[in-house]
Amino acid sequence: MNWFTNFLSSSIGQKIIMSLTGLFLITFLIVHLTGNLQLLIHDEGKQFNLYAKFMTTNPLIKLTSYLLYASILLHAVQGVVLWQKNKNARGNQGYAKKTNRVVGTNSFAASNMAWLGIVIFVFIGLHLYQFWLQMKLGNLPMANYDGVEVKNLYAIVTQTYSNPVYVIVYVFSMAVIGFHLLHGFQSAFQTLGLTHKKYTPLIKGVGTIYAIAVPLLFAIIPVLIYLKIFPLSSFLH
Amino acid sequence: MKVTLKIWRQSGNDKKGQFVEYKLDNVKKEMSFLEMLDVLNEQLIQKKEQPVAFEHDCREGICGTCNMVINGFPHGPQQGTTTCQLHMRHFKDGDTIWIEPFRAKAFPIIRDLVVDRAAFDRIIQAGGYVSVNTGQAQDANAIPIQKEIVSEAFDAAACIGCGACVAACPNASAMLFVSAKVSHLSMLPQGKVEAKKRAQAMVKQMDEEGFGRCSNVTACEAECPKGISVANIARLNREYLGSVFTSEVNA
Repeated sequence: MNWFTNFLSSSIGQKIIMSLTGLFLITFLIVHLTGNLQLLIHDEGKQFNLYAKFMTTNPLIKLTSYLLYASILLHAVQGVVLWQKNKNARGNQGYAKKTNRVVGTNSFAASNMAWLGIVIFVFIGLHLYQFWLQMKLGNLPMANYDGVEVKNLYAIVTQTYSNPVYVIVYVFSMAVIGFHLLHGFQSAFQTLGLTHKKYTPLIKGVGTIYAIAVPLLFAIIPVLIYLKIFPLSSFLH
Repeated sequence: MKVTLKIWRQSGNDKKGQFVEYKLDNVKKEMSFLEMLDVLNEQLIQKKEQPVAFEHDCREGICGTCNMVINGFPHGPQQGTTTCQLHMRHFKDGDTIWIEPFRAKAFPIIRDLVVDRAAFDRIIQAGGYVSVNTGQAQDANAIPIQKEIVSEAFDAAACIGCGACVAACPNASAMLFVSAKVSHLSMLPQGKVEAKKRAQAMVKQMDEEGFGRCSNVTACEAECPKGISVANIARLNREYLGSVFTSEVNA
């Protein structure tokens, strides 16, 4: 093996892969959220559908989306590999008394990252099947805006979240993502060695706010759709 | 005071172990935890039973030998101290106390509470040497160094290599130990010469010993009897990345 593959297979190298893919997925959440918030516009989905068309046809976005699929898979596969290695390193005999004292992180999140990740992975599977696959292959109703034919993804989304079961699944998944981020955000920086007396309090603060605010905003959307409340107004006219 | 002890007894690494209950009713609250175990062992010897094997040496908190997990906490529930510095006054009359060995694949059990921590020695050996001039000792102030950096290096050097970090980590990772050793030397002028080589060599040995991967749980810092900070782990990550990507060294 050369120096680079040696590095990638070292314990720190494996963690760097988790960190970089994780940070990429964190930034992706912001992009995804700005898209989703357009669902709350009171325009029967015009802006959302035009945005969905842009996101599925723009070549630069397409290229980035392949990077995204790769990151999700790499983060998940590497995560499972690390999880197995760590379970093996600890051995079968656990402690009779369980304790979980930690310093400056959420102990529940920190010690359950793998389980939280698995729930998120299952959720992503369902989510892709419900919307992404329908957009790609499904027989979607069409909408016509000023002579432009676009797939009416909005109709599928509002139909899905008229079912309270899917709303509950979604809100629960967002809570799980919140906990995953609560540890993951700051952990990503620590792994990259970006820990410093001057910046770490800021990173931890931003991480905590991010882990609460972003999943909360995501979770509000299907709830409002279920309640048929569309509080935003469009800037497209 | 009276205490009930549930102690892990195991006659060898390949043997099956189990908890055995002992009742002690003549414990004084002034006793150290290890003195309490001494009393138990004297009673066991008088009854011609095998005494509980546990490690100890200095009994003043600086050698890092007295390793055991007490009620789920490496070195006991009191933070910032080793087992030998823990006293029975921190327990209540009638308490049940669970005592187990450090558990990690890289620390095989020798007997009862005694584990083999030679993996740490091999990591230290992999770290290699520090280049210093021979001959007469240098004047103490001949190498200028900033006070804050010395203090930071000294904090890292306080690591006694006991292995509580590994015992506390849900991944049995040795990152806090390795990061303390790498940090302590890489911050000082004397250790800078071989710093890049050292970071790669020690991480490589750590991986080969079968320790887990750090997931920044920080239980290590919480349980470390010397309060070694996880900031050292970030420093190790920096040192390692810097070494891999900028130096000619290849461990």
